[in-house]
Amino acid sequence: MTEMSKIVRTITSITFPFAMIYGLYVIAHGHLTPGGGFQGGAVVASACAMILVAFGSKWTIDKIKEKKLSAFESLGAIGFIALALLGLVFGVAFFNNFLTGSNFLFGNIPPTGSVFADINTGGVLPLMNFAVGLKVIAGLFVIVLVMAYATTSFKGVKK
Amino acid sequence: MSTRNIAAVIVFSIVTVFFIFTALLMHSFGVPDESDMDDYIIENTQEETGANNGVTAVVFDYRGFDTLGEATVLFTAVAAVIMIFRRLKND
Amino acid sequence: MIYNIPYIAVAALVLIGLYALVFKRNLIKLVIGVVLIESGVNLFLIILGYREESIAPIYTSSPGGVMSFPVPQALTLTSIVIGVAVIALMLSLVIHIYRHYGTLDVRKVRRLKE
Repeated sequence: MTEMSKIVRTITSITFPFAMIYGLYVIAHGHLTPGGGFQGGAVVASACAMILVAFGSKWTIDKIKEKKLSAFESLGAIGFIALALLGLVFGVAFFNNFLTGSNFLFGNIPPTGSVFADINTGGVLPLMNFAVGLKVIAGLFVIVLVMAYATTSFKGVKK
Repeated sequence: MSTRNIAAVIVFSIVTVFFIFTALLMHSFGVPDESDMDDYIIENTQEETGANNGVTAVVFDYRGFDTLGEATVLFTAVAAVIMIFRRLKND
Repeated sequence: MIYNIPYIAVAALVLIGLYALVFKRNLIKLVIGVVLIESGVNLFLIILGYREESIAPIYTSSPGGVMSFPVPQALTLTSIVIGVAVIALMLSLVIHIYRHYGTLDVRKVRRLKE
């Protein structure tokens, strides 16, 4: 995928931070509003794919190596499993929500019924949202990046 | 039109009729038969998990094992895509 | 009868996907058929969890009233991410096949050699 014109690159540079911030907002408020790790991760990965389309795959793979993205994806998976195992250590079972009602991080319990948003609730759910968000961002972007870079140097059918 | 195409058309017609009849015989849209499990989750989401969003509570708390399997599938797909294109890049 | 229109939409989506899978010979069209069947299944799960006059199962500033089922929505979310992974894998294999054979026609992809 080759580089596009200067107009496209400038508009991409302007709109990329807004898309990024929106995706991170969706991830961070996953336990309060519609959204979560998967959806916000897809939004951020779409913003990164916009960068890839505008600036070309060669430029992008010079800035971000796919090995580093793959390491980030493994980091998200390890964080997710580690949070589940902490439920086994501090609680009673695998995937136990041990932070709810503990007066620690994200420990509040909201009153039942229609309430206003309180970000300090949810137990391990926001942490799991961050882990899965990191995993989805890195995973989807490395798929798009590797496919785009591998098809750049295509010079006809190999016999 | 070969014999294979005729057989495919016949089988496809039978499947079409089956699908349309099944769609007409389903229960009415908006009136589900069973709702005990989902009512329990809707009522107890806030005090059991502390989250306001019921879907996130189901994804990460009540059915965490599904999400674990899904994360495994995503990891495997990424590994397979990188493995497929690793050979082509060095050509 | 009028309440069965969403189910008929599901049947139509799955049947269009099956048509593409059975009668088309282009690999990209086969991938599109798989994606259509997947969309039909996702729509089926979502409409099974809908109750009349219901709102989304989220309590933050909710107007109150009946809530739709959260479990089918959560499983659909899982299914969508798995679908993205499967599509990426299928398209990678299609790119690989095109590089080796120079065609996307499944009838011509039958040489048993490198």
